[in-house]
Amino acid sequence: MNGNRSKEETKPSSEAFFWVLFSAGGVVAALLIPIHLLLLLLAIPLGWVQPPSYDHLMSLLHMPLVRLYLFVLCALPLFHWAHRFRFTLYDGLKVKHLNEIIFVICYGGAVVGTLAAAYLLWRVP
Amino acid sequence: MPAGNAGTVKSAPQYTKYHPRWYRPRVSVYWWLGEWHYLKFILRELSSVFVAICVVETLLLIRALSNGVEAYASFVHTLRNPLVVLLNIISLFFVVFHSVTWFNLAPSAMPVRMGGKRVPDVLVAAPSYGAWLMISAFIAWVVLQ
Repeated sequence: MNGNRSKEETKPSSEAFFWVLFSAGGVVAALLIPIHLLLLLLAIPLGWVQPPSYDHLMSLLHMPLVRLYLFVLCALPLFHWAHRFRFTLYDGLKVKHLNEIIFVICYGGAVVGTLAAAYLLWRVP
Repeated sequence: MPAGNAGTVKSAPQYTKYHPRWYRPRVSVYWWLGEWHYLKFILRELSSVFVAICVVETLLLIRALSNGVEAYASFVHTLRNPLVVLLNIISLFFVVFHSVTWFNLAPSAMPVRMGGKRVPDVLVAAPSYGAWLMISAFIAWVVLQ
């Protein structure tokens, strides 16, 4: 590890930044996504549990803390996806020659999703 | 400067222009299908796609809630579509797979040492599972009360 490092190795790399987003998103996704999916997208619509009223859900959505929470819940896992999916395409499909376009599609998608989350949470009536 | 083996190898091309051909056997695009470990790796990586799908559905849910009672009711109706239910059940499998592999990875990423001995992996992973359970129960309590 130490010894002679080339200049490329020592200069701060944007990869590290993306990796931090990836792992933060991985933690958020691991802890929060399963219960959200199980509860809001399966159990409540399918009547496995007594569904909460629309007013109750809206009162939750009105709380600034809940909106901040939902923003983190959406934004970080999207960057997690972008990083993982990028390398899955590189390694799994061996499409290294499409590096740039895959990079733009993955992180561009994550940025668009994050902006959409910010907009949707901001315009909650 | 103490240079390791890697340094010696790296600086070698400075002395000669001759470069032996790399031995790089071609790997099939389907290299990950043959062995369970490789397949598990690819499935783990693909779990991120289902994480993203869940985020998109959550955003659609927020949009429906903001648009009023009818919009929410119609979104819930869409969520009852058998194809959507199937997608969500497959997604649930993948996101739980992500959680389990993520928590199990933590002991390897951050080995904890106590009194000069490495704490067993199970003990390092256990708090993650505990937190997962408690957070999930708390969210269910907040949403369903």
